[in-house]
Amino acid sequence: MNMIQAINSALDVMMARDPDVIVMGEDVGYFGGVFRATAGLQKKYGKTRVFDTPITETGIVGVAIGMGAYGLRPVPEIQFADYIYPALDQLVSEAARLRYRSAGEFIAPMTVRSPFGGGIFGGQTHSQSPEGIFTHVSGIKTVIPSTPYDAKGLLIAAIEDNDPVLFFEPKRIYNGPFDGHWDRPAKSWAGHSAATVPTGYYRVPLGKAAVVRPGEALTILAYGTMVHVCQAVVEEAGVDAEILDLRTLVPLDIEAIEASVKKTGRCMIVHEATRTSGFGAELSALVQERCFYHLEAPIERVTGFDTPYPHSLEWAYFPGPVRIGEALKKVMRT
Amino acid sequence: MSEESLRPNLPPLALHVPEPRFRPGDPVDFAEVAIPPADAARRPDTSAPAAEFHELAYTLVRVLDEDNQAVGAWNPRLAPEVLRRMLRSMARTRAFDERMFRAQRQGKTSFYMKCTGEEAVAVAATLALDYEDMCFPSYRQQGILITRDYPLVEMMNQIYSNSGDKLHGKQLPIMYSARDTGFFSISGNLTTQYPQAVGWAMASAAKGDTRIAAAWCGEGSTAEGDFHSACTFAAVYRAPVIFNVVNNQWAISSFSGFAGAEATTFAARAIGYGIAGLRVDGNDALAVYAATKWAAERARTNQGPTLIEHFTYRAEGHSTSDDPSQYRSAEEATAWPLGDPIARLKAHLVAIGEWDDERHAAMDREVAEEVRAAQKEAEKNGVLGHGLHQPLDSLFDGVFEEMPWHLREQQAQMLAEEAASGRPWARK
Ligand SMILES: Cc1ncc(C[n+]2csc(CCOP(=O)(O)OP(=O)(O)O)c2C)c(N)n1
Repeated sequence: MNMIQAINSALDVMMARDPDVIVMGEDVGYFGGVFRATAGLQKKYGKTRVFDTPITETGIVGVAIGMGAYGLRPVPEIQFADYIYPALDQLVSEAARLRYRSAGEFIAPMTVRSPFGGGIFGGQTHSQSPEGIFTHVSGIKTVIPSTPYDAKGLLIAAIEDNDPVLFFEPKRIYNGPFDGHWDRPAKSWAGHSAATVPTGYYRVPLGKAAVVRPGEALTILAYGTMVHVCQAVVEEAGVDAEILDLRTLVPLDIEAIEASVKKTGRCMIVHEATRTSGFGAELSALVQERCFYHLEAPIERVTGFDTPYPHSLEWAYFPGPVRIGEALKKVMRT
Repeated sequence: MSEESLRPNLPPLALHVPEPRFRPGDPVDFAEVAIPPADAARRPDTSAPAAEFHELAYTLVRVLDEDNQAVGAWNPRLAPEVLRRMLRSMARTRAFDERMFRAQRQGKTSFYMKCTGEEAVAVAATLALDYEDMCFPSYRQQGILITRDYPLVEMMNQIYSNSGDKLHGKQLPIMYSARDTGFFSISGNLTTQYPQAVGWAMASAAKGDTRIAAAWCGEGSTAEGDFHSACTFAAVYRAPVIFNVVNNQWAISSFSGFAGAEATTFAARAIGYGIAGLRVDGNDALAVYAATKWAAERARTNQGPTLIEHFTYRAEGHSTSDDPSQYRSAEEATAWPLGDPIARLKAHLVAIGEWDDERHAAMDREVAEEVRAAQKEAEKNGVLGHGLHQPLDSLFDGVFEEMPWHLREQQAQMLAEEAASGRPWARK
């Protein structure tokens, strides 16, 4: 399965198991979503469980909060993560605090799915990585898969979770892993070990990182598309790096991070979002607080630049093999 | 939740989810679309209070009748030269769309959006506005630039993100910005331009200026909160602004029912805000012109905002990324009862003896040639994907007026990366 199919399968499994799971969003119903992630679900589960919504992200999220408060488990889709900003207030001031402010009387058990990230010539408004805005807010969980297998298992876990979850889908790897070499032919998930996805129910727990490549020389912390780019760079450079796919940013698998950095003594953090106040800053602070006496080199951050996503210069913006490779050399040099 | 009701003696509630009347494969019959005769709507004085003509938000203002004559109170009585100019701008817009759509299919750019079938909405409205008025368009009003004779080459440069692109390759194709042409920078986020247009109009009024603002969005986009914020501000301050809602029936795969069309019209949104509302045959260029002229006069005489719903049809896909055959009947575009705006205006000009088939064919050839020549010219500046057209370090220009230290550092890092990569990317 590719990642879209895995997400579709997760929704299918959960809708079949639990009549309270509903899917909603712009174009998700009859058409099955502009990326086809919800294809076939309306036909199978009916219009009152899978439906198109008006184009109002604040409405979509606000309504999902109300549905969650009633006892449903809505899985709203925001068509592109760039369009989550109109819903910011409902997410930040409402979903994130409902449990806290009502002492648990009301909860918002919803999973907001949204494709994010660049590398598809989407320009300023189809490319952003807004995860850092939400990890800054207490009360929302943030999940980012990097393989079809994880996408399905994590989405199931997210839907079953009683807290509001943001589920960011790296759209650059919907159809195949991406090594960061944009001028090489596109890859497909076919034959990839993580593309063998069970058709039935399984969970990948939230809050657990995956060691996608064990190593001794340094620790690379990454998520989403960047996991694959890092893997490719490490193979090419022949460095014995340990790559952790964080999978969820909140809650974060701090134990796995700590154990790995203490073992390797070096740490590099890679994400596509802009650098300043990005999630990499948080990771860097955590590693410094917890592993300072084990570090043999300064922590290195590799990120997108602090500019909006440029259309024609998108590959200069994207943290590709050169940027990661240079950083790798720098961490290993000291 | 349990399926059984808490109170079994009460009827269960039911959720209504709208459904369009035709899906792929369905035969299409638009008999239910109410189309009043061309001379049916009255034309209130532009100084009349908005509350006095609510019915105009529920009908269709039309000018061209079954015999292709211009009739009724809304007939703008335009001179033949103006009509021919209108026709030509619409034909140029369509020719431009066809070329650029093909250019995208040939891999020369990443993305394109046509406005086929909706040309009158932008073109006729633009002719009814003053050149100095500021337009706040969405992505389907290329007709504004084309009518204002903005160079086609510049539009193509932007679409190709090439070295001639005035936006330096920073924007998605078709998201133009042309301040001197009265064309506000387009955002990919829907409806954000609505409150901005109101702000521009309020500023113009506060300064005692004479210029007004006009904004456009799709019917799907009226659901966004920004639309409603804009209406409130405009009503409260009587901002000199025209709100155009282009009801082309579809928002990607979602029909207008998901924006509320089953319950009321989009023009009627105006009534709740105390704004003047007009519903117009959007494929009747004369009706669009007349309505815009009327709304502009209201704005210019401090009568406040007008909301115009343009009732039209999106004859092509949403964008080059869309396949409309997946969600709507293929017959819809041809069965659309309000016809094609270009064909209707042509028929009118022919009917009044000011045009003929030969001249029309010659015009079509001319605009096709004009567009082809512009394309050739633009492609001299490159097309997207064929190498790098912007200096690499320009990536950091324009984030702030002056570049702070962290951007300078990142810029240096990027140039070092370029050196390390051995890529043939040009510097400034
Ligand atoms: C805030 C926001 N949400 C979602 C989108 C994705 N999107 C782009 S166009 C579109 C449909 C708009 O339909 P409508 O307003 O009817 O205009 P039309 O395309 O028919 O001209 C959607 C949902 C977006 N661009 N911005």
